[in-house]
Amino acid sequence: MAFEYAPAPESRAVVDIAPSYGLFIDGEFRDASDGKVFKTLSPSSEEVLSEVAQGSAEDVDAAVKAARKAFEKWSALPGAERAKYLFRIARIIQERSRELAVLETLDNGKPIRETRDADLPLVAAHFFYYAGWADKLDHAGYGPNPKALGVAGQVIPWNFPLLMLAWKIAPALATGNTVVLKPAETTPLSALFFADICRQAGLPKGVVNIVTGDGTTGAALVEHPGVDKVAFTGSTAVGKAIARSVAGTDKKLTLELGGKGANIVFDDAPIDQAVEGIVNGIFFNQGQVCCAGSRLLVQESIQDELLDALKRRLSTLRLGDPLDKNTDIGAINSAEQLARIKALADSGEAEGAERWAPACELPSAGYWFAPTLFTNVTQAHRIAREEIFGPVLSVLTFRTPAEAVAKANNSQYGLSAGIWTEKGSRILSVANSLRAGVVWANTFNKFDPTSPFGGYKESGFGREGGRHGLEAYLDV
Amino acid sequence: MSERLSVFKTYKLFVGGKFPRSESGRVYEVTDSKGKWLANAPLSSRKDARDAVVAARKATGGWAGATAYNRGQILYRVAEMLEGRRDQFVAEVADAEGLSKSKAAAQVDAAIDRWVWYAGWTDKIAQVVGGANPVAGPFFNLSTPEPTGVVAVVAPQESSFLGLVSVIAPVIAVGNTVVVIASEKAPLPALSLGEVLATSDVPGGVVNILSGKAAEISPSLAAHQDVNAIDLAGADAELSKALQIAAADNLKRVLRPQAVDWSADPGTDRMTAFLETKTVWHPTGSLGAGGSAY
Repeated sequence: MAFEYAPAPESRAVVDIAPSYGLFIDGEFRDASDGKVFKTLSPSSEEVLSEVAQGSAEDVDAAVKAARKAFEKWSALPGAERAKYLFRIARIIQERSRELAVLETLDNGKPIRETRDADLPLVAAHFFYYAGWADKLDHAGYGPNPKALGVAGQVIPWNFPLLMLAWKIAPALATGNTVVLKPAETTPLSALFFADICRQAGLPKGVVNIVTGDGTTGAALVEHPGVDKVAFTGSTAVGKAIARSVAGTDKKLTLELGGKGANIVFDDAPIDQAVEGIVNGIFFNQGQVCCAGSRLLVQESIQDELLDALKRRLSTLRLGDPLDKNTDIGAINSAEQLARIKALADSGEAEGAERWAPACELPSAGYWFAPTLFTNVTQAHRIAREEIFGPVLSVLTFRTPAEAVAKANNSQYGLSAGIWTEKGSRILSVANSLRAGVVWANTFNKFDPTSPFGGYKESGFGREGGRHGLEAYLDV
Repeated sequence: MSERLSVFKTYKLFVGGKFPRSESGRVYEVTDSKGKWLANAPLSSRKDARDAVVAARKATGGWAGATAYNRGQILYRVAEMLEGRRDQFVAEVADAEGLSKSKAAAQVDAAIDRWVWYAGWTDKIAQVVGGANPVAGPFFNLSTPEPTGVVAVVAPQESSFLGLVSVIAPVIAVGNTVVVIASEKAPLPALSLGEVLATSDVPGGVVNILSGKAAEISPSLAAHQDVNAIDLAGADAELSKALQIAAADNLKRVLRPQAVDWSADPGTDRMTAFLETKTVWHPTGSLGAGGSAY
């Protein structure tokens, strides 16, 4: 007999969301210059969580000026002192991690299991890691006394709001830069809570500025002449526009963009582990992950066995209330993203691929999409080429390792890839042949602050994490 | 007795290991600093540039796949071949740049030494910029640099030979292939370098040398979907901006023009600009976790 899970909701009481938030500029919260605001919703219920300021070009200018003013002292501070601020921030994040996890789940829609076990521990670890670099930059391999760039303009996406903030802010501050960060329009809250953490840590005014808003706010930041460094994580289309906009300037640019990761399963792979890896690869964070393993390349001889096991496993995934500790699949982040996923999934059917999803009841309110897989997918199909950024897996097959590599590399993207086989030499030769910045062998979607992350080809350039991540913020 | 009439050299492009003329049939007059005719150089077309990209792409697998030791030996061989033709290059550089013989010789010597410097780098750069990452979990995690692919280079305009070598050598040392547009007004040392490369075991297509107008050829390289990166060393501010905008279309890695003293220690920047970092994870299991393995 099948046992049902009782609801196990995490308490919302741990987080206190104010009815409205201003912009965090020069150490103070303030309204937008033109008084504009926008609402942020909980994607699992469409409940309005709060109202936040819509930063204008004038606000961006004020934030850049505040960051510029703060830069002189901050960059001149002994590295050991900057380090201590970052260690403080890391510790406060650890202390407040339950609160932040619940907040993130509310604002983003992802399961509490993920914010609690993945996002928040990685956020704290990232600050802890880069804190230690602040007074060791002479030893980082960029020559003696490498210099900060100045003011970093940073624009981050909604899929890992606080983690992407950490990836941007921690190395920037450790190297002596000051920052103006624009969080995603649909997930501004954790960045605003981070502003409060900066206050608690006693971080000097103007070192971190948070300007909420939409794409126009981000564009104003990227194009601001007072910005010395632009760091962007998001779509490849926007990344290209940013690359064009900084052409002819001295702004240093790093881009972490889209992906269409191939997860390659060979016939000798441990099937049960591979199935878990496939599920983790494409259904972690509802597939709203730039490095998702969204193309499954399975060796023809084990296709049926693997797909049967995969479908069985998908039928056990629990979709629903993201605050429930048993939930595997949460809500899609926004109505807009849901519409995009639906349109691409529909194109898969229209182009002749075969759609399958487990029986799965979707909640009536909020934005939801059942875990879905497509078989009979060809390389020409849109669902094999375009980033869906949702819980949709496209299954293709291959016969030989060479064919697997050719298909995996047949993409404008080159962010991630997976390899499943018990044969060591095959892992290494395939890993060598893949044009991707991160290759997970017999695992998937693992992240660590010490491990450089970033893409080949149109997945962007520059690395975040590790010693490599310092380069983006140093004048080297 | 009458003086012997010298044999002129027909300067040709170097593409795919061969020496073609421009497919356009065009040439332009190259003079020394005093305006004296030196030679007619091919005036490359956009089609020549595309052909060069095809040749460079074809060469990527073999060159990137060669061992670092092998690449180092080949780069060293380039230095050997150049040393043997030192006098020729001193004369060409003196003519091209209006230098005295001794100053030209210093440029050529530095260029030869630069090949030696980069020959030694091929099997060291991975250890310097890559490494094991101590992740917080039972995983083997290794970051290694890999060549970006096909790199287009607008060579320095003034330093026709030392500058040229200083931009080509780092790109190929780390396993990329290159399409380089030589100095527009002083292309002859570059075109002669092709003859050295052709006899140095550098596989055809690894280095492709075009002469002509950077402003005419470089936009098709910057916009080319099969070019992975571009070095704008010899582009002026206006051209550089236009090329960066074109390069954004497939997110080429861009090395912007900057003031460079070509005689100074080059550092590693021109190598790392054209390297990607690949990070591979694998579970390690937990043998030894009990602490008794030592």
